Amino acid sequence: MRKNNRKIMMAGAAVAAVFSIATIAAGEPKSGYLSAEPETQAMQDDDFSNPAMLVTDYGGDLWSTADGDSGKSCEDCHGDAADSMKGVKTRYPTYYQPWGKMINLELRINECRKDNQKAKAWKYESKEMLGMASYIGYQSRGMPMAVDIGGKATPFFTKGKEFYYERRGQLDMACSHCHEDNSGNMIRANLLTEGQINGFPTYRLKWSGVGTLHRRFKGCNDQVRAIPYERGSDEYVNLELYLAWRGRGLAVETPSVRN
Amino acid sequence: MKNYALPLLGMAALSIASLTVPADAKADELVPFKIVNGNSIPASLTGKAGDPAKGRDVAINRKKGNCLACHVMPIPEQPYHGEVGPDLNGLADRLSEGEIRLQLVNPKTNNPATIMPAFYRTEGLHRVAKNFQGKPMLTAEEVEDVVAYLMTLK
Ligand code: HEC
Ligand code: HEC
Repeated sequence: MRKNNRKIMMAGAAVAAVFSIATIAAGEPKSGYLSAEPETQAMQDDDFSNPAMLVTDYGGDLWSTADGDSGKSCEDCHGDAADSMKGVKTRYPTYYQPWGKMINLELRINECRKDNQKAKAWKYESKEMLGMASYIGYQSRGMPMAVDIGGKATPFFTKGKEFYYERRGQLDMACSHCHEDNSGNMIRANLLTEGQINGFPTYRLKWSGVGTLHRRFKGCNDQVRAIPYERGSDEYVNLELYLAWRGRGLAVETPSVRN
Repeated sequence: MKNYALPLLGMAALSIASLTVPADAKADELVPFKIVNGNSIPASLTGKAGDPAKGRDVAINRKKGNCLACHVMPIPEQPYHGEVGPDLNGLADRLSEGEIRLQLVNPKTNNPATIMPAFYRTEGLHRVAKNFQGKPMLTAEEVEDVVAYLMTLK
């Protein structure tokens, strides 16, 4: 394998870069769903028993509720979310020209609120944001994650990847120590998964509620006694891009149910 | 923890200490130790033998050693033993006391890529949460207690 890489690298630097990126995470990615308890899986499988559907339905209400100085609802501009928002979640985070950097779905929702709806931005972890992000994500359920890491996204992808492999905190651990080196192993009472992000926002039994991916990042940073970053920070958005790529091909499960 | 005697004691200690050590030295500075042959710390960090019963408690305690997160150990009353590191049964037949001490103090000396935290190290860490900055995961006494406990695993 390594020998092949060498040859291609000599053939052309650009080709080699793409090839080596493609060989880092050999093997099919596995959703956290596969390691969940059968009862937890059953909760997710049935929308009527999935506690996150309350929040998702609330997002649906907000979709068609007028707000802000524009006096318009999301629906007034975008129509039926089942059409216009289908597949959106699979493409995020995406490069956002006005900022010259990546944007994720939560931040994109707030851009639309400010620029088009002329409404106040929602707090990152608010009931409204969780509702809308779940509702929009839900429109891509079952579709494969397919984030674009080429072109202008590449340097941000690289930063996200560096974050993933960087040790941090008093425990001095990187994401990779738990989710790459030890997925499938028990760490005391917890079964480590690949830490895939295809189900967010997720209902966590431990939270007794729905939370964003960046809340989970903060939790995993806190666990190793590291200073977390702000939700919506560049660091977390780049990390999200890298993880979306690691999970490429996984079906969107939003809103998932996890332990 | 909200103990009024503590700051006073700390100040007294600091004013004595400041006569002999640089001004920026921290009160919770690590005691010096010597690595021998690159794989062993033969001498006790405290100069005394640890207490194996206390060491067993530290290994269980999720806020201290939490060794059970990653290792199987002969601690049957605890339900969950991790699978991340090797089974520590029979450890003292495989490793010397000095090797065990180094593995606790800083396992990166043996394996730079290891997931196992260094329990007695404060330098070279990245973005440590405020409450834990400048502090090792275990005190020198606690390290010695765990070493004493691990030496009973024959
Ligand atoms: C000390 C171990 C540890 C470290 C280090 C760690 N995590 Fe986790 N993480 C867990 C555990 C335990 C869970 C819950 C079980 C599972 O899904 O693995 C979890 C869950 C997750 C999940 C949710 C997966 C799902 O299916 O819902 C994501 C995403 C995640 N981690 C990302 C990260 C990222 C990113 C980092 C680094 C910034 C990181 N983790 C560092 C232990 C860790
Ligand atoms: C997050 C995981 C983790 C934690 C927590 C942890 N260890 Fe380890 N430990 C490992 C791994 C993995 C190894 C295998 C060696 C390596 O990675 O270099 C190891 C190796 C060891 C060894 C060497 C074993 C041998 O057979 O050579 C000893 C001794 C040890 N650990 C003791 C402890 C003690 C005592 C604690 C708690 C105070 C502890 N460990 C906490 C992961 C951990």
